[in-house]
Amino acid sequence: MARMKFLCDAERCIECNGCVTACKNENEVPWGVNRRRVVTINDGVVGAEKSISVACMHCSDAPCMAVCPVDCFYRTADGVVLHDKDLCIGCGYCFYACPFGAPQFPQAGAFGLRGKMDKCTFCAGGPEEDRSEAEFKKYGRNRLAEGKLPACAEMCSTKALLGGDGDVIADIYRERVARRGNKGAEAWGWGSAYGQPPKGAGGAAPGVAPSAPAPTGAKS
Amino acid sequence: MMRRLLLAAGILVLGGCMEVEQASTPERQAGQTVRRDTAAWNNEPLAGGPKWSKGDRTSWEEQIKKRQLAQHEDRRIYQ
Repeated sequence: MARMKFLCDAERCIECNGCVTACKNENEVPWGVNRRRVVTINDGVVGAEKSISVACMHCSDAPCMAVCPVDCFYRTADGVVLHDKDLCIGCGYCFYACPFGAPQFPQAGAFGLRGKMDKCTFCAGGPEEDRSEAEFKKYGRNRLAEGKLPACAEMCSTKALLGGDGDVIADIYRERVARRGNKGAEAWGWGSAYGQPPKGAGGAAPGVAPSAPAPTGAKS
Repeated sequence: MMRRLLLAAGILVLGGCMEVEQASTPERQAGQTVRRDTAAWNNEPLAGGPKWSKGDRTSWEEQIKKRQLAQHEDRRIYQ
Protein backbone atom coordinates (compact mmCIF):
# COMPACT_ATOMS: atom_id res chain seq x y z
CA MET A 1 0.00 0.00 0.00
CA ALA A 2 1.38 3.35 -1.03
CA ARG A 3 2.09 5.96 1.62
CA MET A 4 2.66 9.18 -0.24
CA LYS A 5 5.58 11.25 1.03
CA PHE A 6 7.98 13.97 -0.07
CA LEU A 7 11.74 13.72 0.30
CA CYS A 8 14.13 16.56 -0.47
CA ASP A 9 17.81 15.93 -1.12
CA ALA A 10 19.64 18.91 0.38
CA GLU A 11 22.78 18.04 -1.64
CA ARG A 12 20.92 18.57 -4.88
CA CYS A 13 18.55 21.44 -4.19
CA ILE A 14 19.84 24.54 -5.96
CA GLU A 15 17.22 26.91 -4.53
CA CYS A 16 15.76 27.58 -7.97
CA ASN A 17 12.23 27.74 -6.57
CA GLY A 18 10.96 25.78 -9.56
CA CYS A 19 8.87 23.64 -7.20
CA VAL A 20 7.29 26.74 -5.66
CA THR A 21 6.44 28.13 -9.09
CA ALA A 22 5.15 24.79 -10.35
CA CYS A 23 2.87 24.48 -7.32
CA LYS A 24 1.53 28.02 -7.62
CA ASN A 25 0.89 27.61 -11.31
CA GLU A 26 -0.63 24.13 -11.17
CA ASN A 27 -3.01 24.89 -8.33
CA GLU A 28 -3.58 28.59 -9.01
CA VAL A 29 -2.67 29.31 -5.40
CA PRO A 30 -3.92 32.73 -4.25
CA TRP A 31 -1.67 35.71 -3.70
CA GLY A 32 0.08 35.61 -0.34
CA VAL A 33 -0.14 31.83 0.04
CA ASN A 34 2.82 29.56 -0.52
CA ARG A 35 1.98 25.92 -0.21
CA ARG A 36 5.62 25.13 -0.85
CA ARG A 37 8.75 27.16 -0.21
CA VAL A 38 12.49 26.69 -0.31
CA VAL A 39 14.34 27.19 2.96
CA THR A 40 18.08 27.93 2.85
CA ILE A 41 20.49 27.85 5.75
CA ASN A 42 23.97 29.41 5.77
CA ASP A 43 23.02 31.43 2.72
CA GLY A 44 26.15 32.50 0.84
CA VAL A 45 28.59 30.50 2.94
CA VAL A 46 30.59 28.36 0.55
CA GLY A 47 30.38 24.70 1.44
CA ALA A 48 27.84 25.22 4.17
CA GLU A 49 24.83 26.48 2.24
CA LYS A 50 21.99 23.98 2.15
CA SER A 51 18.53 24.35 0.71
CA ILE A 52 15.49 22.23 1.19
CA SER A 53 12.03 22.46 -0.30
CA VAL A 54 9.34 22.33 2.38
CA ALA A 55 5.60 21.86 2.26
CA CYS A 56 3.11 19.66 4.07
CA MET A 57 4.94 16.40 4.72
CA HIS A 58 1.70 14.42 5.03
CA CYS A 59 2.75 13.10 8.43
CA SER A 60 1.71 9.59 9.40
CA ASP A 61 0.75 10.97 12.82
CA ALA A 62 -0.19 14.49 11.81
CA PRO A 63 -0.30 17.05 14.66
CA CYS A 64 -2.64 19.29 12.64
CA MET A 65 -5.22 16.50 12.68
CA ALA A 66 -4.81 16.13 16.41
CA VAL A 67 -5.38 19.79 17.27
CA CYS A 68 -8.11 20.75 14.79
CA PRO A 69 -11.16 21.75 16.88
CA VAL A 70 -13.61 21.06 14.04
CA ASP A 71 -11.92 17.84 12.88
CA CYS A 72 -11.71 18.99 9.29
CA PHE A 73 -8.66 16.86 8.42
CA TYR A 74 -8.76 13.39 6.97
CA ARG A 75 -6.26 10.97 5.48
CA THR A 76 -6.77 9.33 2.11
CA ALA A 77 -6.19 5.65 1.43
CA ASP A 78 -2.73 6.47 0.04
CA GLY A 79 -1.69 8.43 3.13
CA VAL A 80 -2.25 11.99 1.94
CA VAL A 81 -3.41 14.40 4.67
CA LEU A 82 -6.20 16.60 3.33
CA HIS A 83 -8.76 18.92 4.86
CA ASP A 84 -12.31 20.02 4.23
CA LYS A 85 -12.50 23.76 3.68
CA ASP A 86 -16.25 23.67 4.28
CA LEU A 87 -15.55 22.77 7.89
CA CYS A 88 -12.40 24.82 8.50
CA ILE A 89 -12.99 27.88 10.66
CA GLY A 90 -9.54 29.38 10.05
CA CYS A 91 -8.61 29.28 13.75
CA GLY A 92 -4.92 28.70 13.05
CA TYR A 93 -4.33 25.91 15.60
CA CYS A 94 -2.92 23.71 12.86
CA PHE A 95 -0.41 26.41 11.97
CA TYR A 96 0.98 26.38 15.50
CA ALA A 97 0.95 22.58 15.67
CA CYS A 98 2.68 21.97 12.34
CA PRO A 99 6.50 21.64 12.65
CA PHE A 100 6.90 22.58 8.97
CA GLY A 101 4.74 25.72 8.86
CA ALA A 102 2.65 24.10 6.14
CA PRO A 103 -0.80 25.54 6.87
CA GLN A 104 -1.27 28.88 5.16
CA PHE A 105 -4.01 31.42 5.67
CA PRO A 106 -5.05 33.65 2.80
CA GLN A 107 -6.18 37.16 3.57
CA ALA A 108 -9.93 37.01 3.13
CA GLY A 109 -10.64 40.73 3.43
CA ALA A 110 -9.42 44.00 4.77
CA PHE A 111 -7.90 44.51 8.23
CA GLY A 112 -6.06 41.18 8.21
CA LEU A 113 -9.20 39.04 8.16
CA ARG A 114 -7.96 35.47 7.98
CA GLY A 115 -9.39 33.00 5.50
CA LYS A 116 -9.77 29.26 5.60
CA MET A 117 -6.59 27.24 5.83
CA ASP A 118 -4.82 26.27 2.63
CA LYS A 119 -1.98 23.78 2.36
CA CYS A 120 -0.24 21.37 0.04
CA THR A 121 -2.61 18.60 -1.01
CA PHE A 122 0.06 16.39 -2.62
CA CYS A 123 -1.86 17.42 -5.76
CA ALA A 124 -4.72 15.22 -4.55
CA GLY A 125 -7.46 17.86 -4.41
CA GLY A 126 -9.99 17.64 -1.62
CA PRO A 127 -13.34 16.16 -0.65
CA GLU A 128 -15.18 17.69 -3.61
CA GLU A 129 -15.84 15.52 -6.65
CA ASP A 130 -12.52 14.51 -8.20
CA ARG A 131 -11.29 16.70 -11.08
CA SER A 132 -14.34 18.97 -10.75
CA GLU A 133 -14.35 22.74 -11.07
CA ALA A 134 -15.34 23.06 -7.38
CA GLU A 135 -12.39 20.92 -6.31
CA PHE A 136 -9.96 22.91 -8.42
CA LYS A 137 -11.22 26.24 -7.07
CA LYS A 138 -10.94 25.19 -3.43
CA TYR A 139 -7.99 22.83 -3.39
CA GLY A 140 -6.22 22.95 -6.73
CA ARG A 141 -5.61 20.28 -9.29
CA ASN A 142 -6.06 16.61 -8.51
CA ARG A 143 -3.08 15.09 -10.30
CA LEU A 144 -3.23 11.81 -8.39
CA ALA A 145 -6.68 11.22 -9.89
CA GLU A 146 -5.04 11.77 -13.27
CA GLY A 147 -2.43 9.13 -12.47
CA LYS A 148 0.32 11.70 -11.97
CA LEU A 149 2.59 12.77 -9.15
CA PRO A 150 2.68 16.26 -7.57
CA ALA A 151 3.76 18.97 -10.00
CA CYS A 152 6.57 20.20 -7.72
CA ALA A 153 8.34 16.83 -7.67
CA GLU A 154 7.82 16.14 -11.35
CA MET A 155 9.03 19.63 -12.23
CA CYS A 156 12.18 19.58 -10.06
CA SER A 157 15.06 20.02 -12.49
CA THR A 158 17.75 18.42 -10.33
CA LYS A 159 15.37 15.79 -8.95
CA ALA A 160 16.22 16.97 -5.47
CA LEU A 161 12.57 16.83 -4.56
CA LEU A 162 11.12 13.35 -4.77
CA GLY A 163 7.44 12.60 -4.35
CA GLY A 164 5.63 9.31 -4.17
CA ASP A 165 5.35 6.17 -2.12
CA GLY A 166 7.66 6.51 0.88
CA ASP A 167 9.29 3.12 0.27
CA VAL A 168 10.01 3.83 -3.40
CA ILE A 169 11.48 7.30 -2.94
CA ALA A 170 13.49 6.15 0.10
CA ASP A 171 15.04 3.46 -2.11
CA ILE A 172 15.92 6.07 -4.75
CA TYR A 173 17.56 8.23 -2.09
CA ARG A 174 19.38 5.26 -0.58
CA GLU A 175 20.87 4.35 -3.96
CA ARG A 176 22.00 7.93 -4.47
CA VAL A 177 23.73 8.03 -1.09
CA ALA A 178 25.45 4.71 -1.81
CA ARG A 179 26.67 6.11 -5.13
CA ARG A 180 28.07 9.20 -3.45
CA GLY A 181 30.10 7.04 -1.13
CA ASN A 182 31.17 7.59 2.42
CA LYS A 183 33.10 10.78 1.92
CA GLY A 184 32.32 12.52 5.16
CA ALA A 185 32.77 16.25 4.92
CA GLU A 186 33.72 15.97 1.25
CA ALA A 187 30.27 14.73 0.40
CA TRP A 188 29.14 18.16 -0.62
CA GLY A 189 28.09 19.88 -3.77
CA TRP A 190 27.92 18.95 -7.41
CA GLY A 191 30.92 16.64 -7.31
CA SER A 192 29.13 14.13 -5.15
CA ALA A 193 25.42 14.94 -5.47
CA TYR A 194 25.23 13.19 -8.81
CA GLY A 195 27.72 10.46 -8.04
CA GLN A 196 30.28 11.69 -10.54
CA PRO A 197 33.81 10.32 -10.18
CA PRO A 198 36.67 12.75 -9.58
CA LYS A 199 38.19 14.25 -12.73
CA GLY A 200 40.65 11.96 -14.45
CA ALA A 201 39.55 8.88 -12.58
CA GLY A 202 37.54 6.58 -14.76
CA GLY A 203 34.87 4.21 -13.59
CA ALA A 204 32.49 4.42 -10.75
CA ALA A 205 32.85 6.51 -7.65
CA PRO A 206 33.73 4.76 -4.39
CA GLY A 207 30.80 3.14 -2.71
CA VAL A 208 28.89 2.37 -5.88
CA ALA A 209 26.90 -0.79 -5.64
CA PRO A 210 28.15 -3.48 -8.06
CA SER A 211 24.79 -3.68 -9.80
CA ALA A 212 24.53 0.08 -10.32
CA PRO A 213 25.17 1.44 -13.83
CA ALA A 214 28.28 3.47 -14.61
CA PRO A 215 27.59 7.03 -13.45
CA THR A 216 29.02 8.80 -16.48
CA GLY A 217 28.59 6.11 -19.08
CA ALA A 218 27.07 7.11 -22.38
CA LYS A 219 23.82 5.52 -23.42
CA SER A 220 24.52 2.86 -25.96
CA MET B 1 -14.59 66.48 11.84
CA MET B 2 -17.39 65.46 9.47
CA ARG B 3 -14.82 64.91 6.75
CA ARG B 4 -12.83 62.54 8.93
CA LEU B 5 -15.91 60.58 9.85
CA LEU B 6 -16.88 60.26 6.20
CA LEU B 7 -13.37 59.14 5.33
CA ALA B 8 -13.37 56.49 8.07
CA ALA B 9 -16.83 55.29 7.01
CA GLY B 10 -15.64 55.12 3.40
CA ILE B 11 -12.65 52.98 4.33
CA LEU B 12 -14.88 50.59 6.28
CA VAL B 13 -17.32 50.31 3.37
CA LEU B 14 -14.55 49.70 0.86
CA GLY B 15 -12.98 47.19 3.25
CA GLY B 16 -16.18 45.21 3.20
CA CYS B 17 -16.01 45.04 -0.59
CA MET B 18 -12.70 43.19 -0.33
CA GLU B 19 -14.08 40.31 1.71
CA VAL B 20 -14.07 36.95 0.02
CA GLU B 21 -17.15 34.72 0.20
CA GLN B 22 -16.25 31.79 2.46
CA ALA B 23 -19.65 30.42 3.46
CA SER B 24 -20.12 26.69 3.61
CA THR B 25 -22.37 25.08 1.08
CA PRO B 26 -25.86 24.32 2.52
CA GLU B 27 -25.43 20.55 2.54
CA ARG B 28 -22.26 20.97 4.58
CA GLN B 29 -23.95 23.04 7.27
CA ALA B 30 -26.60 20.37 7.69
CA GLY B 31 -24.28 17.40 8.14
CA GLN B 32 -21.08 18.89 9.53
CA THR B 33 -19.09 15.75 9.02
CA VAL B 34 -15.98 15.38 6.95
CA ARG B 35 -16.75 14.04 3.52
CA ARG B 36 -14.45 11.25 2.52
CA ASP B 37 -12.65 11.59 -0.73
CA THR B 38 -13.00 9.38 -3.77
CA ALA B 39 -9.92 7.23 -4.17
CA ALA B 40 -7.71 8.26 -7.09
CA TRP B 41 -8.01 4.85 -8.77
CA ASN B 42 -11.81 5.13 -8.85
CA ASN B 43 -11.55 7.77 -11.56
CA GLU B 44 -11.59 7.14 -15.27
CA PRO B 45 -8.10 7.72 -16.74
CA LEU B 46 -7.88 10.83 -18.89
CA ALA B 47 -7.44 10.48 -22.62
CA GLY B 48 -3.77 10.66 -23.51
CA GLY B 49 -2.70 10.39 -19.87
CA PRO B 50 -1.46 7.52 -17.73
CA LYS B 51 -3.61 4.40 -17.98
CA TRP B 52 -5.09 2.14 -15.32
CA SER B 53 -8.29 0.15 -14.91
CA LYS B 54 -10.96 2.20 -13.16
CA GLY B 55 -11.49 0.90 -9.64
CA ASP B 56 -8.38 -1.29 -9.72
CA ARG B 57 -6.04 -0.02 -7.08
CA THR B 58 -3.21 -2.34 -8.07
CA SER B 59 -3.07 -1.12 -11.67
CA TRP B 60 -3.15 2.51 -10.49
CA GLU B 61 -0.33 1.84 -8.03
CA GLU B 62 1.70 0.08 -10.69
CA GLN B 63 1.53 2.96 -13.12
CA ILE B 64 2.21 5.57 -10.41
CA LYS B 65 5.21 3.51 -9.29
CA LYS B 66 6.62 3.70 -12.81
CA ARG B 67 6.22 7.44 -12.59
CA GLN B 68 7.97 7.50 -9.22
CA LEU B 69 10.89 5.51 -10.56
CA ALA B 70 11.18 7.96 -13.45
CA GLN B 71 12.44 10.41 -10.82
CA HIS B 72 15.51 8.20 -10.46
CA GLU B 73 17.77 9.39 -13.24
CA ASP B 74 20.04 6.35 -12.98
CA ARG B 75 17.18 4.11 -14.00
CA ARG B 76 15.69 6.60 -16.44
CA ILE B 77 18.87 7.36 -18.31
CA TYR B 78 21.00 4.25 -18.09
CA GLN B 79 18.39 1.56 -18.57
